[in-house]
Amino acid sequence: MEILEEKKNKNRKYTPILDGISDWPVYQLSKNRKEFVEEVAQKSLERVLELRPTRKQLIDELEATVYREQNRIKRNRWRVDPKDEGRFWSGIKNELVELSAHQDDSSDKPRELTRLIVQRYAGEIAGNFKPNSYRVTRAVVKFWFTRLLNGARVKKFGAFFRNRYTLRDKIHIVGKVKMLRKLAKQGTVVMVPTHFSNLDSILIGWVIHSLGLPAFIYGAGLNLFNIKIFAYFMNSLGAYKVDRRKKNLPYLETLKMYSNLAIQKGAHSLFFPGGTRSRSGLIEKQLKLGLLSTAVEAQRNLYLESNAPDVRKIFIVPVTLNYHFVLEAPDLIEDYLQVKGQDRYFPEQDNYGSFQLIKFLFKFFTKGSSISVSIGTGLDVMGNYVDEDGNSLDAQGRPVQTRDYFVSNGTVAIDRQREDEYTRMLSQKIVQEYHRINRVFASHIAAFVAFEMWQKKHPKLDLFSLLRLPEEDLELDYQEFRETFKRVRKQVYRLKDERKVNHATHLKGELDLSIKRGLENVGIFHLKRPLLRNKKGNIVTQDLSTLYYYHNRLVGYDLEQFI
Amino acid sequence: MTLSNLSDKPIGVIGAGSFGTAIANIVAINRPVWLYARDEKVVAHMQTTAENRGQKLHPNVTITNDLPLLARTCDIIFPMVPSASFRTMMKGLAPYLHPYHILIHGTKGLDIQLPEGETLQSISSLNRSQVKTMSEVIREESVVVRIGCLAGPNLAKELAQRQPGATVIASKFQEVIQIGKRLLRNDRFQVYENSDIVGVEIAGVLKNIIAIASGALSGLGYGENAKGLLISRGAVEMVYLGRALGGEVKSFLGVAGIGDLVTTCNSPMSRNFTVGYRLAKGENLPQILASMEEVAEGVNTIQIAKKCADYYKVRALVTDRLYKVLFEGMTIQDALEFLMRFPLSADIDFI
Repeated sequence: MEILEEKKNKNRKYTPILDGISDWPVYQLSKNRKEFVEEVAQKSLERVLELRPTRKQLIDELEATVYREQNRIKRNRWRVDPKDEGRFWSGIKNELVELSAHQDDSSDKPRELTRLIVQRYAGEIAGNFKPNSYRVTRAVVKFWFTRLLNGARVKKFGAFFRNRYTLRDKIHIVGKVKMLRKLAKQGTVVMVPTHFSNLDSILIGWVIHSLGLPAFIYGAGLNLFNIKIFAYFMNSLGAYKVDRRKKNLPYLETLKMYSNLAIQKGAHSLFFPGGTRSRSGLIEKQLKLGLLSTAVEAQRNLYLESNAPDVRKIFIVPVTLNYHFVLEAPDLIEDYLQVKGQDRYFPEQDNYGSFQLIKFLFKFFTKGSSISVSIGTGLDVMGNYVDEDGNSLDAQGRPVQTRDYFVSNGTVAIDRQREDEYTRMLSQKIVQEYHRINRVFASHIAAFVAFEMWQKKHPKLDLFSLLRLPEEDLELDYQEFRETFKRVRKQVYRLKDERKVNHATHLKGELDLSIKRGLENVGIFHLKRPLLRNKKGNIVTQDLSTLYYYHNRLVGYDLEQFI
Repeated sequence: MTLSNLSDKPIGVIGAGSFGTAIANIVAINRPVWLYARDEKVVAHMQTTAENRGQKLHPNVTITNDLPLLARTCDIIFPMVPSASFRTMMKGLAPYLHPYHILIHGTKGLDIQLPEGETLQSISSLNRSQVKTMSEVIREESVVVRIGCLAGPNLAKELAQRQPGATVIASKFQEVIQIGKRLLRNDRFQVYENSDIVGVEIAGVLKNIIAIASGALSGLGYGENAKGLLISRGAVEMVYLGRALGGEVKSFLGVAGIGDLVTTCNSPMSRNFTVGYRLAKGENLPQILASMEEVAEGVNTIQIAKKCADYYKVRALVTDRLYKVLFEGMTIQDALEFLMRFPLSADIDFI
């Protein structure tokens, strides 16, 4: 398969914005890990007590927590779970039973039990950034990626040891890079990428490093730590652990407090605000507000603490990751279709162990298919754009004081309901930015056009009936497909001019070539290809569900009317 | 938050129409008020006579013509200007506003942004990117986010006479609702809360359509059965349209929905009612408009609602027939006949 080149890549190497690792906020956090975990536990305890003010409410909450935790241990244990879990929770349970036996007891017991629980959680969540292992990871990744790239692409003996190609040729970083670097110097950056693949975590780690930014802390799903190779990467990149099985109040409050305090202390952070990988392939429409709210709250606390005009600002930077190929696509869409219409729990299954992952990486580096990362314009916590100096601007370009959003009667005040609403507004803005900076690839258009054409040819069928059609019966005339592709591509250009979307440079140029690129790259490494041309030159599919997944990437731009 | 820890700053009211004046007077019972009028003659008149539109001004009301000064002086402002000039007013006010400002508007109407060369008549359909409520205009034009809206059966004349009445204050922010309540509530004025601001705004607009229909029934000489039919089916139509435009069903069943609808359909003095009445008496729209001083809001609302209904594929029979009567030469009798013959079955299908 031919390697499809992007236009000459302008990506260059960036110098680090902070000299030594010892200056990094994440290093400072990990150096004082013990104190930090203690602070998180203390403040989380206070918050839980604030939310459950009476003794009875608190005991009820603890009982619910124990019940859920014991259930989880029975039904859904993971390799990463600590060994002493069972003992810990039955201990708490016994204490609670004893409490209810002595109704007249008015001791501090419930409070103490809560403290034990949040302390445990804070310890579980806390990341473990180690500068040495960070350096090792970085070097290893760079070395092997470079070897793979060069070995595969230059077919000459000895090429294996050349450095002609680097990861930067493979992964294109576009957008507001300069701004991001400047913002990271003067404030705290909270990066919020879209989430399509487990690979995102590693990819974004590499991006952050290659832009010369200090390591970010980030909430990575605990399920990833089940995969050993991931666990190693994560631990060294400053990840903290988010366990989505735990939905109890003490856990959620501890998790939010961890993020909140880390941001307040100036640690650049990253979370996937979609919460989990997009099952449908759609760009996230609804974000999880929990972690996002910690950015708003941290900013308010910073304003509350100091009246100085130069309070450290928090900048939200939306990022989209654009792939031709998502390793897990067939399973994700399966999940999605199974539960569509019913709000059931998604089982966090990972069918990909370390071996599959390495195999994929090898394919990825040897077989083309680039990835692009678009960095969006920075926002303040209210969703206003900021300029390169970090000043917030309103829609008319007038400066705005972010502090004023938190002011009532002339002073900064805590109003949680108000901040919940602010978080919601911020999330809407982020979603809007995702759509704007999303980079359309030829493969996205190909998938979109083909699927929509089939849908249009069967107007009476709903989605599920359509997906049940035998793949052999589906064939699109190439000329027809070509014309539609042309129309949609033109529309994408128009949307770009209106600044509503972005597209990859490879999309431009001769139509047939663009289509060829698209067809060859849709889900390039899947066993069953979502799109192919048959002997007659017509368009066929081997896996309509997966095609639906890739098609979803372009839903939300009103392109359907051009089919 | 209690009134005592609200700062002592005066409360601003923008727009000295009859509703604006009534609100200024109600707030003035509790707090000093600055009332802004654009027209210098009106300002001079109020300053010399301490009276406006037949309402005596409360001694706590200060009259001003200086918008920037008002924005600097007041943190809490009630914009009460007609929807047609609302955006222009906001453009003028916005440079002086900050995110700590709280704006609670009382304007029932929609803002329309049309593509170059199109008019409300010529455009074939309208969607929500072109039709904005006043709270959305405030968001677009300024940095203010703490926005609220007043709606409900608030006939300015009755408010001025201190007859019993109620309003809904709607906002996404509890802070705004509580402040609005403290400022407006008194022993003759009840204030309800709603978090669905867009729904409340839209309810206040759509009821104007039904008011025109109510005038028409009255002009045809029909009585209370017909009115009961119209109000109940009109409410259902408001729910359909309102949902399509982003409101929640419950907002249309409350004080700002049914409450306002019943009041408007029973007030023969209102402009919307008059339009319907005269249509039924055989006049056509140009004749009626030529003899009216101000445009009846409902005439625009019918066009907007009809074109939105087309875009979102909502069944809005009353709106659609009224549109045909106003703009396509259908007679009121034909429209009524159509509605009475239309096969409908379910009474309520949205709860």
